[in-house]
Amino acid sequence: MIEIVSPGLFTTIQDLGRWGYQEYGMPVAGAMDRYAYQVANILVGNDQPRATLEMTMLGGKFKFSRDCYASVCGADMQGMLDGNPITNWSCFFIAKGSELAFGYAAVGCRAYLAIHGGIDVPCVLDSFSTYTRGSIGGHKGRALQSGDELAIGEQSNTAVREFSLPAKFVPKYSSNIQLRVLLGPQDDLFTMEGINTLFSGEYEITSEADRMGYRLEGPSIEHRGKADIVSDALPLGAIQVPASGKPIIMMADRQTTGGYTKIGTIIGPDLMFLAQGKPGDKVKFVNCLDDAAVNALKTEQANYPAIRDVIQQNNQLAPEGTHYKIRINEKIYDVTIKER
Amino acid sequence: MLNAGEQGLVVEFGDGIDPEINAKVQILATSLATESLPGILEIVPTYRSLLIYFDPLVLSRLELSTRIAQLIENPSNKLSDTKETRVVFIPVCYGDEFGPDIQNVAQHNSLSVDEVIAIHTATPYLVYMLGFTPGFPYLGGLSPKIATPRLTTPRTKIPAGSVGIAGSQTGFYPIESPGGWQLIGRTPVKAFDPMANNPFLFKAGDYLQFEAVTKDDFHVIKAEVDKGTYSPKIKHLTDKQDGEQK
Repeated sequence: MIEIVSPGLFTTIQDLGRWGYQEYGMPVAGAMDRYAYQVANILVGNDQPRATLEMTMLGGKFKFSRDCYASVCGADMQGMLDGNPITNWSCFFIAKGSELAFGYAAVGCRAYLAIHGGIDVPCVLDSFSTYTRGSIGGHKGRALQSGDELAIGEQSNTAVREFSLPAKFVPKYSSNIQLRVLLGPQDDLFTMEGINTLFSGEYEITSEADRMGYRLEGPSIEHRGKADIVSDALPLGAIQVPASGKPIIMMADRQTTGGYTKIGTIIGPDLMFLAQGKPGDKVKFVNCLDDAAVNALKTEQANYPAIRDVIQQNNQLAPEGTHYKIRINEKIYDVTIKER
Repeated sequence: MLNAGEQGLVVEFGDGIDPEINAKVQILATSLATESLPGILEIVPTYRSLLIYFDPLVLSRLELSTRIAQLIENPSNKLSDTKETRVVFIPVCYGDEFGPDIQNVAQHNSLSVDEVIAIHTATPYLVYMLGFTPGFPYLGGLSPKIATPRLTTPRTKIPAGSVGIAGSQTGFYPIESPGGWQLIGRTPVKAFDPMANNPFLFKAGDYLQFEAVTKDDFHVIKAEVDKGTYSPKIKHLTDKQDGEQK
């Protein structure tokens, strides 16, 4: 069990999202920073990404009534386990009775607390993700509150060991964010001037930035004609430009359809940097062609098996035998047992 | 065919809200769904375009667009022979406390309340797409005879299930929300119910037909809906029967 002593600013349970229902008007939701979310799950030895806590700006305080392995990836919220600092982007052991507490994200915005076995919540329409506007999924369809209790999922037999991710896999977040954009689908409804503005302007994330979308302030982007279109589907990362000329970027909880022109779409691998963006952060858009975008996707996807390999190698370096954590008189020992 | 990010391809069939354009969207969506091409992640049909989410590391944009072009040229045989259309009946209790604006609508169109109900329930309405909120249908085909402008001052709270008219649009509010529609009745059914056997009552390409029911029927149906056991009455049409619905 995990007891929510305090939830943090806005903490929900997410997975990769509720795919397969957008044609019914159901938003996908899911982890805003898909990279941090997936890496956290790999680090704790989950065979596939499981229900995980997504914390926003200010993390929570959690009490564990059970031993488990955990990982925190994403923004650094200065996690403290019983008063001792944890290492982000690592797998660490939590003894039952321990308390894990977080503070504010100095850099970045969102952090993912993954547990080996995942958080045990009901599966709704093939996903554990929370869509708060529709009160669907996760823990009772809402953000966590003090007093909530979460069950931990069944632990598999995968050997899990404490491990710190090599630095090369840890992204650097910044308050100056560069996002690669593939033009379309309605780039033809903008003037050349408008497109130039998109790629040369400096934009700032306003305080109206949440899981549905990020509103930006900056130079107005010029339309050829009207800003309205016959409503069509809203892809993840789409840059909507209403008549005001100020871009709004579609994020995880976006509505499935919309009636404003979309000048371009942020490439998938760069969305994590926006998901780690906070009000006041600066955003610059960079033109990107399809081939380059697909290569970026390939690079991102290659990280996951590479990380698994590194963990596997680390496990093999461990002394031969079966590894246990044993509690004797309130102290915990790492013990390896080998058959004669 | 347009780009929507490295994992998105949009096929646009036109620029307006038109049943023929929408039919092309539906046919392509169904063809692709039947194909089950590896690499296609999800398909989202809207008024006049189709968004296809795909994994370019499995299926390249070029391969996908080529296949789509082929399907548009030659829709799969199964489809053109027996395109099945569903008409989903939506029970509505009209007037009284469920339809406070039905007199407005009648007067505005110089009709009696009974005539408004008769016209509203006479024809099936095409579900162009779902959006705005889970299960919310964008319907086409409201008779101009009962078209009525929105309220000048919207209500702050409209009960879930409220059936209304706004200009030349008709539909029903799946959840409680503010709004300016002229309310003519209420339906006990839910467009989306995660607890129900079929969470979504209908999909894009279906037709909805409203059916007048009594207050007693309303409550009986509502009880079934609340239990999650309600199943709507559905009529299947083949191409031959499915006249031109305007």
